[in-house]
Amino acid sequence: MRVIVVGAGEVGRSIAANLESSHDVVVVDRDGETVEELTYALDVLAIQGDGTKLETLRQAGLDDAGLVIACTDDDESNVVICGAAKANGDTFTIARVRRRTLLETWTGSEGAFGVDFMVCTDLLTAQTIFRISGLPAAHDVKMFAGGLVRMAEFEIGPNSPVAGQTVQEADQYDSLTFAALFREDRMIVATGDTHIRSGDRVVVIGSPDSVTGFADDIVCTHDTDADEVVIVGASEIGFQTAREFEEHGFNPRLIEQDHDRARECAEALPNTMVMENDATDAEFLAREHVDEADIVVAALDGDEKNLLVSLLARRLGVDRTVAVIENLEYAELFETVGIDVAINPREVTAEEIIRFTRNDHTEKIAMVEHDRAEVIEIEVGPESVLAGREIATATNDLPDGVVIGAISRGGRLVTPRGTTVVRPGDHVIVFVDSAVLDEVSRVI
Amino acid sequence: MRRLHVDLRSGLALVGTLLALLSIAFVVPIVTALLYGGEDLWVFVVSMVGTAGFGLLLRRLDPNPTPGAREAFFVVAFTWLFAAIFGALPYVLAGTGAIAHPVNALFESMSGFTTTGATVMETISVEEHSHAIMLWRQLTQWLGGMGIIVLAVAILSQLAVGGAQLMEAETPGPGVSKLTPHIAETARVLWLAYIGFTLVYIALLYGLHLTGYAPEMDAYNAIAHGFTTLPTGGFSPEADSMAAFSPAVQWLVIPFMFIAGVNFVLWWHMLAGDRTALLDDTEFRFYLGAVTAMTLVLAAVLAVTASDVGPETGLESSLRHAAFQVVSLTNSTGYASVDFDGWSGPAKALLLFVMFLGGSTGSTGGGIKMLRWLVILKSLRREVFTSIHPEAVRPVRMNGQVLDEDAIRGIYAFTLLYVAIFLVGILLLAVDTARIGYDIGTIDLVSASIATLGNIGPGFGVVGPMAGYGDFPESSKLLMILYMWIGRLELFPVLVLLTRAYWRS
Repeated sequence: MRVIVVGAGEVGRSIAANLESSHDVVVVDRDGETVEELTYALDVLAIQGDGTKLETLRQAGLDDAGLVIACTDDDESNVVICGAAKANGDTFTIARVRRRTLLETWTGSEGAFGVDFMVCTDLLTAQTIFRISGLPAAHDVKMFAGGLVRMAEFEIGPNSPVAGQTVQEADQYDSLTFAALFREDRMIVATGDTHIRSGDRVVVIGSPDSVTGFADDIVCTHDTDADEVVIVGASEIGFQTAREFEEHGFNPRLIEQDHDRARECAEALPNTMVMENDATDAEFLAREHVDEADIVVAALDGDEKNLLVSLLARRLGVDRTVAVIENLEYAELFETVGIDVAINPREVTAEEIIRFTRNDHTEKIAMVEHDRAEVIEIEVGPESVLAGREIATATNDLPDGVVIGAISRGGRLVTPRGTTVVRPGDHVIVFVDSAVLDEVSRVI
Repeated sequence: MRRLHVDLRSGLALVGTLLALLSIAFVVPIVTALLYGGEDLWVFVVSMVGTAGFGLLLRRLDPNPTPGAREAFFVVAFTWLFAAIFGALPYVLAGTGAIAHPVNALFESMSGFTTTGATVMETISVEEHSHAIMLWRQLTQWLGGMGIIVLAVAILSQLAVGGAQLMEAETPGPGVSKLTPHIAETARVLWLAYIGFTLVYIALLYGLHLTGYAPEMDAYNAIAHGFTTLPTGGFSPEADSMAAFSPAVQWLVIPFMFIAGVNFVLWWHMLAGDRTALLDDTEFRFYLGAVTAMTLVLAAVLAVTASDVGPETGLESSLRHAAFQVVSLTNSTGYASVDFDGWSGPAKALLLFVMFLGGSTGSTGGGIKMLRWLVILKSLRREVFTSIHPEAVRPVRMNGQVLDEDAIRGIYAFTLLYVAIFLVGILLLAVDTARIGYDIGTIDLVSASIATLGNIGPGFGVVGPMAGYGDFPESSKLLMILYMWIGRLELFPVLVLLTRAYWRS
């Protein structure tokens, strides 16, 4: 397949390097030197030119391209490139953006801008930081099908009314599907007679109302004081990280030196305590008991500052430090001097796009229990094993560890029951054990 | 002399237009007079012609008035002043009782339009005054409740552009929320909700009469009280206010007084199908909570102090009277279901306390308003928090929305100014009453200041619910007329007119 990568920055370059052996990769970049250098460094065709020009895209082979990846450093350019590519050829388009608002607009309006898949660098980095922070989420909530369907993971407390019940007894909701239970480190796919015990983590999929209703009923008491999260620097990544923690039921603290930016973040984050100060002020850190934090995330602009802050936090006795590093070469160095994790946003983005490209365009909506399982949204094609069949019979042809959580049909939610017939064109939201993910994305 | 920087002609012309519009309201007392044998008919015909004539004359100053943002204050303040002046005409012309005196007439009229409900009448009854006069008195409150300007914006297409500015200056509370793209439609929506509630209320009152629960609540009384409940007015054609009616009527009045103190924008959302609009609103919950809590406290105090609650005793009556007085005085209605002036000191102190609360923003109630207190409480809590964590950045949120720091400062300034004006009012009234040797108690003076500034109406002692403001010297009455005026327009539209900077560049 011909793949056009527009923008040969770090992201574009890693993608190109990763796909060079399996695909025909054409890289477009405005900078002549980069193009020159790339021609020799990778087994790809490098073209100098402006990706927003149709002529350049045609020259790169847009007509028979199967995939266009727009990953320049400019959001608008990337969107324009995808729009142009979509309008002029039957190609799949991927856009990389920094701003989350663009992603939200895109998610809320299906197929907007001619973009088939959008990756938001800052959000992705924030999500990665949250994931590797290793803190247990009280509830892990993800939305998909444009907000129509919600997936959530809850821990069942000893006093919860559903503790001790079977799934069938607990399922009192019209549009809720119990996907799976996690008990210690075992995963149990939910069936009607599965018993729910206290301490289990249950994964449910359904309409936002029913998920919220379920959450209220099981009364998950999460001790928010238990996990102290401190984020230093309200860069866009720092801000998104705070928001990510906030959305998972934490009350993080965000330290930002700039007065206006601090105020802006405080306005946007109701459950975050924003503090306006220099995070290298040791007296301030001690006074605010930053040393008792479970995790400190350094997300300032500038790798050196992040190193400094992380080291300072380390010396104060913080358990875990995460630093955002723009320069790839620093990452290893940082980790050798004692910073737990160094995260490079570009690397994260490139990985996501590569994974997406490899996984046959299934959108990984949510990872459950750190990679144990995934919830994915797939459009059912005419060849799918589900097409035109009742779910009860179709599931026999699916591997174990698969639960159909919800169906989005023409913008409406259909709750899957045994007798529901899946139609081609439906979007199914499926809970899949990671072990059988490849098989499932092949047959559906 | 330097040129004025206010377009006086344009402003006055618009005031004239509004006055001419207002003169239509005289149709109601004219019809009433016809129904009751023509008594005082000529009074209202003359008033109507006079008001319309003067309005149209002013209007000729500028056939196409285009008042700007600056003229808005002027237009609003003077529309209200002129409305009060021309609304006083019938009292003077009818020539009956104390209100025939021009100052008293203006007091009664201003008290009507500003929905204060303070009276200088000596004998409140349809025996002494004609039915038409008594109904006009009620009607002024109904017109003033939702606002003359809001009404004008709803009707006059020429206010489509500047209307928002004018409404902003008139509507109680900070800010005007546009419900629809056209301001005229928003104004119409507010008036429709207002009219709707009034009609339902009148029907229910009369329904009680027909079913025998309220023998005194005949059609005249039902309409008369319908005119003064939703605007949080407080005038009653009965000398004993609501004490003249049965407990059933009083129980019905309580929820409708409560409704009047709620932001009408919320009612509109409720009627438009958003069932949770009310309870989602922080200010509403605060209002409901404050009223409920104060009712319970007052009921307990009434029980403990074993005060003479009223003619009846027992749990039902103390609860009813507590709820009635708390709702009535919190949102500035000013009805009384019993002569609460006879209550114990602690009970009266509680009533004085609730007078400082006020209704909700966007309601017809006066006073400082729930929202302002809520913002002040929240920002004070922030002060406490930031004294522990000096670096913390904490925006104040209301209904999930971040409040602008300038808006918070504005609210502090308003509240402080309000309290200052109230205190100065005590001072001036004290000096003025001492001047003529008028024997008045301390709490009477204090309550007179807040009852007029807060558009509440009754206070304690000589200005108690079954008494009136008639014995004050004329200079004091003029001061209280000013207080009612600035209180209704929330200080600034009137006060800026008194500054040099407003008139010069």
